[in-house]
Amino acid sequence: MEVRDDVVDILAGFALFSDLATPELESVAQTLDESWFKADERVIRQGLTGSGFYVILDGTATIRVDGKDRATLRPGDYFGEISCLLGEPPVSDIVAQRPLRCLVLPCEQLEDFLVAHPRVLFRLLQGEARKVRNTTRWLS
Amino acid sequence: MVVGSGPGALQLTYSLRRLGIEHAVISADDAPGGMFRRWPIFQRMLSWTKPYAEAERGSTAYERFDWNSLLADEAEHRAIMPSVMDGTSYFPSRPEMERGLVAFAERTALQVRYGCRWESTRLDGSEIVIVTSDGEYRTPIAVFAVGVAEPWRPPMLAVVGVEQYGDLRHAETYADRRIFIVGKQNSGFEIATGLLPWARQIVLASPSPTRLSVDVRSLVGVRARYVQPYEDWALAGGVVVLDASIESVEPRDGGFIVTTKSPQDGSALTFEVDDVIAATGFTSPLRDLPQLGVTTFGQSRLPAQTPFWESAAVPGIFFAGTIMQGSHGLRKHGIPSNSGAVQGYRYNARVLARHIAEEKLGMRLERRRLAPDDVVPFLLAEASRGPELWHQRAYLARVVAVDADGPYDDGIQPLAHFLDDSGPDAVAMTLEANGKDDPYPAVYVRARGLVREKLLAPHPLLHFEGEAYRRELADTVHDLLDRALTR
Repeated sequence: MEVRDDVVDILAGFALFSDLATPELESVAQTLDESWFKADERVIRQGLTGSGFYVILDGTATIRVDGKDRATLRPGDYFGEISCLLGEPPVSDIVAQRPLRCLVLPCEQLEDFLVAHPRVLFRLLQGEARKVRNTTRWLS
Repeated sequence: MVVGSGPGALQLTYSLRRLGIEHAVISADDAPGGMFRRWPIFQRMLSWTKPYAEAERGSTAYERFDWNSLLADEAEHRAIMPSVMDGTSYFPSRPEMERGLVAFAERTALQVRYGCRWESTRLDGSEIVIVTSDGEYRTPIAVFAVGVAEPWRPPMLAVVGVEQYGDLRHAETYADRRIFIVGKQNSGFEIATGLLPWARQIVLASPSPTRLSVDVRSLVGVRARYVQPYEDWALAGGVVVLDASIESVEPRDGGFIVTTKSPQDGSALTFEVDDVIAATGFTSPLRDLPQLGVTTFGQSRLPAQTPFWESAAVPGIFFAGTIMQGSHGLRKHGIPSNSGAVQGYRYNARVLARHIAEEKLGMRLERRRLAPDDVVPFLLAEASRGPELWHQRAYLARVVAVDADGPYDDGIQPLAHFLDDSGPDAVAMTLEANGKDDPYPAVYVRARGLVREKLLAPHPLLHFEGEAYRRELADTVHDLLDRALTR
């Protein structure tokens, strides 16, 4: 049990975990680890192997590609899943804008985690669909 | 100013003194050793010291095989632990560990003001005021090495009669009793192992599945020493290892009724037991530091730290010993540093002492110049035998930097600092592991502010000095060294 006891309540309010009952949320909370980053600290480093899947509990973060800030992430948002799913190093830095509290799951455990929690898998898939839609709109 | 007298504080005060940095050390205890004066509760360490190993005892390379000795520069003070062990196990007993730490403190003549309790803290301008049972200390830099050894339990287990790590009765008093242990990490399995010969039944429960160190090839799993209850469960011997959340714990007839719920299907189970033991983690006794602004995180309430173990929120407050695990580093592939254990934080302490000397006190420590041709063999020797790299994988790195006069050894540095620092062109060598393969050398080249990662192949015998490694590393650092030579 590496996370603080308020994590289950916080997760219950996030879309990604909104379908889970309390015992399953507790299991999720125990599977993930808690991390804390100070402002300007890099959470994920572009091009480096061995990263993870992160869920923001508190704070905001910047998606930075080749040194350029592209978007902001907020509580309930998650990142790192593309790198994990493709087995490739991240294509962007994620940098804490202000103190950032996250849950993290190593890439190696993401597949088992999603298969064990199919409702989370579906919600994640919805999130990825939104990203594809937004990118398509942006390109057109 | 250093607070504590466990191995973390002892290593730091030794390292500060070697650099000629004046400081005071206080401890509420009356002798060195920290938590090892009492724990592990079943009186044997989890960390080994091999009396005989591939490397000569007392050499730097031997430190890879000796996880428990503190580090000294003088030959006569090195590798103390094997000299105080009786040879019956390569895991020292708790008294042997304590003896080793006392011997280190005595032989190196460390000065600690024992019996002096840190009571409160306040900030006064740029000074930190440490109020103790013997009066006030004022210091620009305070290092707290007070351990992460306060047993913690969730409110659910705040029930009269529920025991926890550290306040257990003698093992024989659990004879023929049904015992419910909450928590399936090392402390839970340590308790289960100790009570296995006594208990009528043992149940170990927590929501997430048990991971074993031999499966995940890292110390995040339950150690082999404590796997016996797990085997007992796997062979249906009577122990129950359960993935379930605890719904309620109610006292009844001198025992307890424990109800659990499965995270998979929500099904409930009820246990009637004689004892409930919380093995749900530990916190650090940080006293009033959070009120001063020190940010903490996670169930252990570890202080958030910079790569050099300074509070991320309150400058001047540093941490040593096992609290250093709050400076998480990269956690590549989910594998944490070994900063929570002696074999990890003893190296952090040396790095921290140098950091304080240079960055806080303005000292300039010497760097050894290297001939360009020596860089590749030097880095490969470090990958093969450097104990800092072996014990702190993907966390500490050997750095060779380059300036107008050519390459020089820039010492051991936190890898996160190297990657995120806009320092001189340099190469960092570390060892990494991914939880399934053998460890492999990882090389990071920083040139013109950009960092490139190059992973070398693992080797079944962990020897990284062969021709293939030389060629690959030479190619990787060629541009870096070439630019230095043509400046």
